[in-house]
Amino acid sequence: MKTLKIEELSKNFGSTEVLKKINLEIDEGNFLVLLGPSGCGKSTLLNIIAGLETINEGDVFIDDYNVSKVEPKDRNIAMVFQSYALYPSMNVKENMIFGLKQAKTSKEKIQEQLEKVSKFLQVDQLLERKPSQLSGGQRQRVAIGRALVREPRIFLFDEPLSNLDAKLRVEMRREIKKLHQQLKTTVVYVTHDQTEAMSLGTNIAIMNHGVIQQNDTPEKIYNKPSNTFVADFIGSPSMNLVKGILKENSGELLFTVSGSNLEIPIKDYDFKNKSNLNNKEVFFGIRPEHIFFKKFNESDFEINLRADLSEYIGHEQIMTFDYANQEVLAKFPSTIKIDLGKETKLYFDLTQSSLFDAQTEERI
Amino acid sequence: MQDSLKSSSYQQLEQKSKYTNMFLRWFLYFILILFASYFIFPLYVMVVTSLKTMEEIRQGTLLSWPNGLNLESWAVAWGGRGYGAGDTFLRPYFWNSIKMVVPAVFFSTFIGAMTGYVLTKWRFKGDQWVFLFLLFGCFIPFQAILLPMARTLGVLGISNSVIGLVLVHTVYGIPFTTLFFRNYYISVPTELVKAARIDGAGFFKIFFKILLPISAPIIVVTVIWQFTQIWNDFLFGSTFSFGEAAPIQVALNNMVLSSTSVKEYNVDMASAIIAGIPTLIVYVLAGKYFIRGLTSGAVKG
Repeated sequence: MKTLKIEELSKNFGSTEVLKKINLEIDEGNFLVLLGPSGCGKSTLLNIIAGLETINEGDVFIDDYNVSKVEPKDRNIAMVFQSYALYPSMNVKENMIFGLKQAKTSKEKIQEQLEKVSKFLQVDQLLERKPSQLSGGQRQRVAIGRALVREPRIFLFDEPLSNLDAKLRVEMRREIKKLHQQLKTTVVYVTHDQTEAMSLGTNIAIMNHGVIQQNDTPEKIYNKPSNTFVADFIGSPSMNLVKGILKENSGELLFTVSGSNLEIPIKDYDFKNKSNLNNKEVFFGIRPEHIFFKKFNESDFEINLRADLSEYIGHEQIMTFDYANQEVLAKFPSTIKIDLGKETKLYFDLTQSSLFDAQTEERI
Repeated sequence: MQDSLKSSSYQQLEQKSKYTNMFLRWFLYFILILFASYFIFPLYVMVVTSLKTMEEIRQGTLLSWPNGLNLESWAVAWGGRGYGAGDTFLRPYFWNSIKMVVPAVFFSTFIGAMTGYVLTKWRFKGDQWVFLFLLFGCFIPFQAILLPMARTLGVLGISNSVIGLVLVHTVYGIPFTTLFFRNYYISVPTELVKAARIDGAGFFKIFFKILLPISAPIIVVTVIWQFTQIWNDFLFGSTFSFGEAAPIQVALNNMVLSSTSVKEYNVDMASAIIAGIPTLIVYVLAGKYFIRGLTSGAVKG
């Protein structure tokens, strides 16, 4: 039984297709992050799960029960919003129990839930305050509390941290992570912040133009991106994508760039499909953090590139190298001194490299 | 040597800027007093005249101070002289106006709040057209609808009655009240409505429990606007009512224009002030909210 299942879901606003045949499944207790650039449809998908938006095609199941036409309040979900959406005229206590009162819960049960949750979230001193008298972090906690008292099957978070300042954001991120570890409730979390997605999610679904590009664990998303969009979207700076051709030379596969004598041997690469590789146009992908200034592993591949640019950012520096007129970025400790304009010996960790078809932009 | 020279020249500059500032300040006060008196002067004449006897009015000037606190003309304006036919006084019409303005303001404000709520938080296909037509209602000159409205009131059987006037003012207030509430609610985050829906609140519960409690500033603005409009209206009042059902502005007109013998300026002035007092009270009581409501739309989460 899947806690949440979405089948062939499509949604359009007028003639704009926002979601195109989305399929998604979440197991009990998982933390799914919907990640993507703005306008990719992630918030719409969340609103559909909540029942706040109608569906054009497809179905949503919660615990194998088709809820596509069920009212939001009867879906056994709770939602935390970006603007917190605390009712301005009610104090913290009234905000938190509003839903329970609507559901005609008994007074004793309401009191019990309120005490439990407010202690748990450390807002029990704030119960009589109005939302306008709370700080950003406190509002966030109350908003989470309002969701918690309902003991929902699924928590929905709509960019809950993006209104907070940088420091508080990191703090609240840890709190949400702890919360999930303790409660083990299923969560669907929407964000455009990849750090948030990586650190919180047990699964990440990366969306673009209304399509899920990849739905995987954070490790897989980072190490084995399924297409160039994911490769480019995750990581800062993002993965280097060098355009070139695969050449087969006496049983050995080489990555070459035309007009250059630079060649990279592709040996232990985990191909999805090994046929038709010769003369294939591909992107060779390697992350900046997998390029080293000295040989760390026996398998590291040595290559000489010209350093063009250095960006110092404190704990590290980002160097830009020239690879046959294409830019390749690398991340080094800021203590390393590299001369600009000169050929530098670099070491690529090829076990961490990716190859994408240049036409379809899919991983091969 | 050079230092002392410098400091003395700075002192001169300081002195100079002090004089300039002082001059500008006095100039500012002068202008303010000038404009204030421009507005206060007619009021002064009205109050002073209403407190004089006819004898004093004939002998003194417009600006002269009254001999004593003579409230007789106020009593006449409010309650009449006590003889039967032809004696017009404001009391019954004042209550007519109250009976008209209270329900008309209430209903137009309430309906405006509802439509504003629907147009911003329960969007439907073509809602922008509905809003456009409502806006259009703000620009229709009232003269243009006098005849059709008279016919409508006749068909409904409520012409020449306070209820008829309540209906007219409610209907013609809705475009304005809707505009006010729509512009206010558009700045209220829609996430509030979403959160309330997940919490299980329905259409009316969201309106009464979530939105209405935070609408005080815009309610005050709307009430002041509607009260002033309806209380001061003469056109609808004189067209759709006559005789005993007339509102105060119509009665005031009849009183001032119908005197056959001598013009009683003191009674006229007292009547005009009485007719204006309720609006004044509303402004004084709610004035500070009026400014606040006009300037702030945003609701802090």
